[in-house]
Amino acid sequence: MKLMGTVWKYGDDVDTDGIIPARYLNVSEPEDLARHCMEDVDSGFARAVQAGDVIVAGENFGCGSSREHAPLAIKGSGVACVVAKSYARIFYRNAINIGLPILECPQAVEETQKGDLLAADLGAGTVTNLRTGRTYQVSPFPPFIMGIIQAGGLVDYTRERLRAQARAGAQGSTM
Amino acid sequence: MGHTLAEKIIAAHLVGGEKGVALHSNDEVSPGDLVEATVDVVLSNDITAPIAIREFEKLGVERVFDPDRVVMVADHFAPNKDIQSAEQCRLMRQFARAQGLPNHFDVGSMGIEHVLLPEQGLVVPGDVVVGADSHTCTYGALGAFATGMGSTDVAVAMATGRVWMRVPETIRVVYRGRLQPWVGGKDLILYTIGQIGVSGARYKGIEFAGPAIDRLSMAGRFTMANMAIEAGAKAGLFAVDETTRAYLDGRASRPYQAYEADSDAAYAQVVEIDVSQIEPQVAFPHLPENARPVSQATGVRIDQAIIGSCTNGRLEDLRVAAGVLRGRRVCTDVRCIVIPGSQQVYLDALREGLVETFIEAGVAVSTPTCGPCLGGHMGVLAAGERAVSTTNRNFRGRMGHPESEVYLAGPAVAAASAVVGRIARPEEVGL
Repeated sequence: MKLMGTVWKYGDDVDTDGIIPARYLNVSEPEDLARHCMEDVDSGFARAVQAGDVIVAGENFGCGSSREHAPLAIKGSGVACVVAKSYARIFYRNAINIGLPILECPQAVEETQKGDLLAADLGAGTVTNLRTGRTYQVSPFPPFIMGIIQAGGLVDYTRERLRAQARAGAQGSTM
Repeated sequence: MGHTLAEKIIAAHLVGGEKGVALHSNDEVSPGDLVEATVDVVLSNDITAPIAIREFEKLGVERVFDPDRVVMVADHFAPNKDIQSAEQCRLMRQFARAQGLPNHFDVGSMGIEHVLLPEQGLVVPGDVVVGADSHTCTYGALGAFATGMGSTDVAVAMATGRVWMRVPETIRVVYRGRLQPWVGGKDLILYTIGQIGVSGARYKGIEFAGPAIDRLSMAGRFTMANMAIEAGAKAGLFAVDETTRAYLDGRASRPYQAYEADSDAAYAQVVEIDVSQIEPQVAFPHLPENARPVSQATGVRIDQAIIGSCTNGRLEDLRVAAGVLRGRRVCTDVRCIVIPGSQQVYLDALREGLVETFIEAGVAVSTPTCGPCLGGHMGVLAAGERAVSTTNRNFRGRMGHPESEVYLAGPAVAAASAVVGRIARPEEVGL
């Protein structure tokens, strides 16, 4: 899967209250959440973000609350992927589970500025900055997590597994 | 090589996994292994359950794996703060009724989830608990492996009784020495986060240990485990001892097994802390790692003081606050709000006379709710306002307007600050 988009650049420790403030957690549809995405970090983001844009951030992106509304708001905004130096663990799980592509690549983050055009090849595990022409290798996902990503998220992955188990059960074999 | 507490509990729940080779139940596990494990309790609340229910319904499963093990608590925006919140609570209520969940806690029986579940005996030592709330790590105080996840993870756990996870490395933090007056679990954890940083334990577990922990109350341990996530941790764990067993007596809903870390367990890091040097702590905006001794914070004027939350909403916390407020008045420039963490805490506080003390001091006492902690309701801040709060996060905009500020502290400092009108040491009100 190949993506290309304009960069929105943020620093370290962007928390999920900043990504989607709790005052908007009385709704859960991605398009409703997207209207307030990044509001307390960058109040201009939700108005100006374009489908296919890329968020680039520092260490510990998505720290704080477990709210899945945070990756849902980002996905609902049309952001194609997030590239960060590192992720807080619940955000990492949530993004994979809902099918928001996230990449870990500290060097690319260091050498990328707001407004740069960034291309990502998720299959090859590379990120290219089209302004500088530099290409970076991203940390690969373990095979198990890759399986969830390829299934389109945890719900699709689990539904498929449960069906396979049911089929195997119907044939009298044990799991 | 021995194993940490987290590794032992996960191994006891192992279904399968991979570490280059496939893992099977009864195998040992090591940090970095990706495993599938059974869960004992699955938790969600009025904010996270609606998404979990939506995803659950896509799975093609009719019933939750075990109705007794699926817990739902209406606490964040409950009692309903607006029509949309009412719809979310209703969705959760309808699901709980349709699934026959005995542990759905609604207004009147509910408390703040992480105060409520231990109090009701729903979590016991050795459990694996997953919750769609980041402060699920609170139950590590009981020697359970408890961790926050998102709504989709919880949907799958509700359906299958299983989760996938990475076995974490563990940081062991050893606390020695005697606590100074007015220093409690909140001060220890704020100090610790100040030392290791908000991502210092990212993806890792923390084992809290040492003589000062052995002497710490259950309330203090819950407070510390609760804030393990503020250092990025997956779980914060305590060994089970006599204090834990006394708490569980007459309360535990199931028989339990207490696991112990091996003496030769491998730790990613060992941190030693001499608690006798620690003053009450205050974490400055806008990160919990900005912890400073209270003596360096006493110039900060405040508009609001919040005493409560899943961090500090237990009876012991209210006793400390009442001890400071008894016979005194909240400063006229300050709104002080006390929120008991559960109906039982509220009732106990009422019977002990604490509620009377609060009201006589000019405090507003609320029914249990997460409310102001996340800027939901019952104490939202205006632009430029400052609060001292016994809650767990002081991110920008956490309690209201993005230009408001939250200073995190324990109940003694919060109560003293409410009286003085600026952040204050308890000694400043004559204690």
